[in-house]
Amino acid sequence: MKREDFKILDNNLVYFDNGATTLKPKCVRDAIIKYYDQYSANAHRGDYKISAIVDNLYEKTREKVKNFIGAKETSEIVFTSGTTNGMNMIVFGFFKDYLKEGDEVLITLSEHASNIVPWFILQKEMGIKVKYIDLDDNHEVTVQNVRKAITDKTKVVSLAHVTNVIGDERPIKDIAKVCHENNILLVVDAAQSIAHKRINVQDWDIDFMAFSGHKMYGPTGIGVLYGKFDLLDKMKPSNYGGGMNAIFTKDGYVELREIPTRLEGGTPNIEGVIGLGEAISYIESIGIDKISEYEEELKKYLISKLSDLDFIEIYNKENKGNIVAFNIKGVFAQDTAVYLDKYNICVRAGNHCAKMIDNVFNISNTVRISLSFYNTKEEIDLLINVLKNSSNIWKEIL
Amino acid sequence: MDKDMKRSIILDNYQNPDKKMVSGDEYIKINTRNVSCIDNLDIYLKVNNGIIEDITFEGEACVISISSTNILINLLVGKKVEDGIGIIDNYLKMINEEEYDASKLRELMVFDDTSKQPSRIKCATLSANGIKEFLEKKKNHS
Repeated sequence: MKREDFKILDNNLVYFDNGATTLKPKCVRDAIIKYYDQYSANAHRGDYKISAIVDNLYEKTREKVKNFIGAKETSEIVFTSGTTNGMNMIVFGFFKDYLKEGDEVLITLSEHASNIVPWFILQKEMGIKVKYIDLDDNHEVTVQNVRKAITDKTKVVSLAHVTNVIGDERPIKDIAKVCHENNILLVVDAAQSIAHKRINVQDWDIDFMAFSGHKMYGPTGIGVLYGKFDLLDKMKPSNYGGGMNAIFTKDGYVELREIPTRLEGGTPNIEGVIGLGEAISYIESIGIDKISEYEEELKKYLISKLSDLDFIEIYNKENKGNIVAFNIKGVFAQDTAVYLDKYNICVRAGNHCAKMIDNVFNISNTVRISLSFYNTKEEIDLLINVLKNSSNIWKEIL
Repeated sequence: MDKDMKRSIILDNYQNPDKKMVSGDEYIKINTRNVSCIDNLDIYLKVNNGIIEDITFEGEACVISISSTNILINLLVGKKVEDGIGIIDNYLKMINEEEYDASKLRELMVFDDTSKQPSRIKCATLSANGIKEFLEKKKNHS
């Protein structure tokens, strides 16, 4: 689907590492080049024509993001450098003031580092407690297990919508309901899902959410933080300075601007924002539901083909989504990745920044295939053929 | 050394690494995982009176990492600390495509073209760097 939009695919590259970053379509590149070639002014300085164009594109992207995730107001959309930045703003800009010593945060063992480490630091700094929601036999989160993990001290549940190792999708809407019945706030890390599943922050009643532009066909260095207006309005900025202040006087009086501007101090990543806006339009031109459907079909095909190979161990056969985690039995994941690279097949090997995952699988390193809409059944057939010949692996890689 | 010979030595040290085992309290344990996202080896070292009496290792890592660790350890055991450092320095020079003394490296020569695979350089040097750091501390404190 739409392979011709990706120049890099002209070179017979089989790109199966979309969980790390997605490829960028020509239109995103063109939008960025156009910014540099035709109107590379700063934003929010609209006194001359090209600056007004930039202003307009910048705020139009905010509007596109708002519509894409179903937010109520554009003021609830803050541009960040990526998911990690967004998660850190949520934890240190909001929850550091909101939580008290002894309060509990619920996460799981299969979260990405950026939804673990900030909470661990806060635990050390102020004595909150990080606790884990049990995973079921499929390594998934159930609403029942969320309920079971909640105590009267639980103040926040923080979960990936889709995890980056096995790609299981969490029932966010149902979890939000349970959270709010218990006066708990829900933080969602949407890094792995934003380009693959439809999300509606209002319908699902999400309190905070973060995601990255580069995992949704946009540039690196740009991301989005979403927060419900009343919560976001209480967030402390991480950068004080230009753009975010309203008034300051020589006696030290400072008045800050409204959100989201208050949370975007300094000259923003304008090319990133413009690229992200183009990426969203691109996704919408295909249709996120269509993408979801196609990728799930592709995953089913991949699982069925891999299951025929008795020397392959698959770790997430039952999970839906776009990610497959496997190993060639007796071969270390990285060696498999190096072998596949000989055939121009790009996969990720490792623990995928989810370093507590060995507590879940009893194995810490896997080969991960994360699919996108530009992947095809033919590419999967090629992979299967290469894997079938993998008894030659040492001859090939040594 | 021809390619088949190299491959068979690398594989033998990967599939039957004689120094891959956990060691006890008389050893000092160092870990290499902080440098790499994926290879995770514990290295156990016993150094007394300026002599590398024994080294073993345990953990999960790729073929190049395991094999180079096992071969290196076999070469180091029984040597003086400073001679050990000399071997590692030579090995690192070879991996980094600098001038080196091949006579000191014996079986480690199987990795003489590892530099052609840039993604493997970290794997081939992970343990060497960790052990070198440890030996240098020992040398300075003795």
